[in-house]
Amino acid sequence: MNKRSIVALKIAVWLVCLAPLAKLLYHGFTNNLGPDPTATVTHATGFATLRLLVISLAITPLRRLSPRLSWLVRFRRLLGLFAFFYGCLHLLTWLWLYSGFSIAAMADDLGKRRYIMAGMAAWVLLLPLAATSTTWSIRILGGKRWQALHRLAYVSAIVGVIHYWWIVKSGVRTPITITLVLTVLLLSRVVWWMRQSAG
Amino acid sequence: MVIRKLNKIPFSEITPKSVYLNRRAFMAGAAALGIAGMLEPRRAAADATKLQTVTSPLSTPGLTPTSYKDITSYNNFYEFGVEKDNPSHNAGKMKTRPWKVTVDGLVKQKKTVTIEELLSFKPIEERVYRHRCVEAWSMVIPWAGYSLSELINWAEPSPKAKYVQFLSYEDSAIMPGLSQINLNWPYSEGLRMDEAMHPLTLLTFGLYGEVLPNQDGAPVRVVIPWKYGFKSAKSIVKIHFTSDQPPTAWNDMAPREYGFYSNVNPNVDHPRWSQKTERRIGASIFQQRQPTLMFNGYGDQVASLYNGMDLKKNF
Repeated sequence: MNKRSIVALKIAVWLVCLAPLAKLLYHGFTNNLGPDPTATVTHATGFATLRLLVISLAITPLRRLSPRLSWLVRFRRLLGLFAFFYGCLHLLTWLWLYSGFSIAAMADDLGKRRYIMAGMAAWVLLLPLAATSTTWSIRILGGKRWQALHRLAYVSAIVGVIHYWWIVKSGVRTPITITLVLTVLLLSRVVWWMRQSAG
Repeated sequence: MVIRKLNKIPFSEITPKSVYLNRRAFMAGAAALGIAGMLEPRRAAADATKLQTVTSPLSTPGLTPTSYKDITSYNNFYEFGVEKDNPSHNAGKMKTRPWKVTVDGLVKQKKTVTIEELLSFKPIEERVYRHRCVEAWSMVIPWAGYSLSELINWAEPSPKAKYVQFLSYEDSAIMPGLSQINLNWPYSEGLRMDEAMHPLTLLTFGLYGEVLPNQDGAPVRVVIPWKYGFKSAKSIVKIHFTSDQPPTAWNDMAPREYGFYSNVNPNVDHPRWSQKTERRIGASIFQQRQPTLMFNGYGDQVASLYNGMDLKKNF
């Protein structure tokens, strides 16, 4: 991959990552968010968060398939930060559209509802990752420690998927696709580690 | 089995005669051209006939109905898929004519009635009701029907009958949802006899003065406005009277989350989410949220049904 291709691809990734937000804003301004706009915005931001997080976690396993794919790593931070960005918007829907910024309502939800706790935990886990996303942070922390810290992305994704299962009606199986993809990614890591330690 | 007439009014008098004749002429013409088969998907549109409705004192005053578009495109009808827009896309394949409803169990005599007989049995009233889904969204719907009690009285249940069970239509060939979700199919719902006999409990054939679109439970459903929406069974083929509480679909699936009673109650949260407020469908995003009313605002009429009952336990 030459430099120009990377720049072109980066622009493309930016556009793709901004598409869910652009779609929401466009539909918002044209009064076209559907019969239940609160749910539309909540679902769109939640899906964007989980999908981008899982895509960012696919980078390393994909890269290991071939040395020629090593350039993929240059997109991981971008994808991770966009996942965090949509996670913040998703959190904002809860603070604003569900709780009306009422501390009492939020505390009630957080104390009683496991899907809210899980969602909040998934977002909190992303915080230190977003904060240490700079190259400078890698230098300060040292590669090994930085890498260990950023394995939290997996924990966040797992908790995020649990959050998804907990909010759908019992018996509804729509979260199955993202669960399977995440499982495959996790298993590929396990296989990699086992091979490394065996070798 | 005895098939007994509800009364003698022929179907031609229920559907306005012009519509009835037009449709015949249209189908005859289509058949003559040999394109009847090709026109099959359009039948749904041709069948969207007006119902003759009368006003009702049991209609809820002062409410602005949700748009026809939202009522007919944002649906929970899991037989046709779990997404809100699945039923409006998939339910067109359901044939609602001919349609029969069997009334059996603890009744004087098992009976089967046709949808035409049901439609002509009593005057169809327009009843504007609040509709509150257990998922915390709500609508206002101008239903058309008559009190279920009319049919129950005609069915002559025995004094031993304490509950009424409703069974919905099931056909895996046209219902993709049957394999998407592990409910015990066919969809089953039920009411205590006094709930079923309450005048607000509506045997429903239409909305906005027209016959029900398939995705809203055509051709006949019940509507119990003080209970969460899933209690109001759609596309009913059997009404069964029993002495014991019948199995009901969502209660069987998750008894901790969906009670048999499932009265709208802002003070009893769903185990996973709050029921204190609801999102009004069709409102703008910052005006959707509003407080949920006890018994969905029908407490004056129905609270006495539950005197002495702990509604937190019997949720």
